[in-house]
Amino acid sequence: MTDDPEGVEDLDVLDVLHDEIPQAPRPATTPARGGDRRRRRFGAPWAWMVFIIGVLYFVIPLIATFQVSMKARPLFAAYANAISDPRFLSSLTYSFVVGVITVVLSIALIVPTAYWVRLRTPAFRPLVEFVTLLPFVIPPVVLVFGLIKTYKGPPLPFTNSEIGSTALLVFAYVVLSLPYMYRSVDSGMRTIDIRSLTEAAQSMGAGWFTILVRIILPNLRVALLSGAFLSLAIVIGEFTIAAYLVRPAFGPYLSLLGANKAYEPAAVTLISFGITWLAMIAIALVGRGSRSKITIGGAR
Amino acid sequence: MFLGAPLALLFFGSLADNKTGDLTLDNYRALSTPSVVAAFRNSIEISLITAVVGGVFGFLLACAVILGGMPRILRDSLMTFSGVASNFAGIPLALAFTYTLSTTGLLTVILKDLGIDIYAGDFTIFSKLGIEIVYLYFQFPLMVLIIAPAIDGLKPEWREASENMGASGSQYWRRVALPILTPTLLGSMILLFGNSFGAQATAYQLTAGQVQLVPLAIGNQISGDVLHNVGLGYAMAMGMVVIMGGSIAIYTVLQRRAERWLR
Repeated sequence: MTDDPEGVEDLDVLDVLHDEIPQAPRPATTPARGGDRRRRRFGAPWAWMVFIIGVLYFVIPLIATFQVSMKARPLFAAYANAISDPRFLSSLTYSFVVGVITVVLSIALIVPTAYWVRLRTPAFRPLVEFVTLLPFVIPPVVLVFGLIKTYKGPPLPFTNSEIGSTALLVFAYVVLSLPYMYRSVDSGMRTIDIRSLTEAAQSMGAGWFTILVRIILPNLRVALLSGAFLSLAIVIGEFTIAAYLVRPAFGPYLSLLGANKAYEPAAVTLISFGITWLAMIAIALVGRGSRSKITIGGAR
Repeated sequence: MFLGAPLALLFFGSLADNKTGDLTLDNYRALSTPSVVAAFRNSIEISLITAVVGGVFGFLLACAVILGGMPRILRDSLMTFSGVASNFAGIPLALAFTYTLSTTGLLTVILKDLGIDIYAGDFTIFSKLGIEIVYLYFQFPLMVLIIAPAIDGLKPEWREASENMGASGSQYWRRVALPILTPTLLGSMILLFGNSFGAQATAYQLTAGQVQLVPLAIGNQISGDVLHNVGLGYAMAMGMVVIMGGSIAIYTVLQRRAERWLR
């Protein structure tokens, strides 16, 4: 094996085993070896076919969008126009700020709850899990419908003022982000021994607030970050709730743009795809090694 | 409980249907008007089709990268891409497909050059079939994400054991692997069903109301475009909640069954 550079490169256990068994001279060219390798498990051709169809399905709409965005003259004018539109930046900023507030509130809500349930009242666990699943059961349309009907007049006239509507929007997004946040926080807490941490902190005289902020939160960093990025991506792309609450958010802006302009919407579509992509890469980066994320989108 | 407030909020919103003045079932009777029935039928039909097609294809795709002996990097990039695609929905997705498959869309034009006119029949991207094609874009990546851990959980020992007993590849799949995966498969498809049943923004942007769907109908009730009947809106909302709740309940049951074999 020492005089075989391929064998050194190849760390696959099966190959090492094969090399030890006396066998017919192996074909010299690497491509043939690659083919052999693929066929070792069953059904490689169909696997490739399915994979290629899948990739085409993924990629063609993106190419088409890109092609449309390139039709504008001069080149990249669609992007320049889209970005220089003041409403693009203002709506994106608005959605981003709303997203950040949502994430902060949602963390402030979820972490103490999950902590308390794990430590003190495990009996409530099924109830809390049920509640955090509710946003899956209640579609955004229904949620915003209920919110508007509940808060459009006295005694709680939220929808009458700008700030009230935004507060309502944040509130709705917090609800929307509950499942993702709770799941990532809960699985994060599973991996750290919160009981021992709490007892250690208490024995050194820490209060509950200190424990939560200085012990639990830092230990949940990875879980919180992945939940936060996912929530942020969802909130930035969200349309339904923002539109019916008449908020100047990114989703409604894009919808309006799509109805009125020719090439700019394509550019903004790709930009928004890029934002989603960045969020996912961020999740993959912070969450390396932990496999607890099931991502079910919310901005349908 | 910290969750009390949003919970109360949800209850206010969704249970307020009985408060239209007196206690009445009229709103629920109004559900049987033809347009509402059509909306529910369309929604359920689209959700079922995209759940089954997306489920099967997503399963095949996950099998392909996990069991097909493909390079590891393809698998990792597919998982990341699935994460992106399953969250890439709403307005941008609808726009992207409009650029792809509308009468002047890229794919339409290319296919036409190849002699295939997809608009020869009565196909449009703004129809039911169009919605289904678009929804599949986020449905099957979601399936890949959900089903991949289950396929990973198929132990090689099971396959070796069945091969030792003389089973062929197809026998292994029919007798061992598929029965183990069935609860997970069904559960995932139910999740996909709910996923597309609650979708609103995509269809809103895509069809501009040409296809009547429940979420769009509720949206109309909010903005008061069509017949303004708040009670009917509540009843439709409750109808959606019941259907979604039912699917999540079935999902939970199936999930429990699935955990018997996996992990």
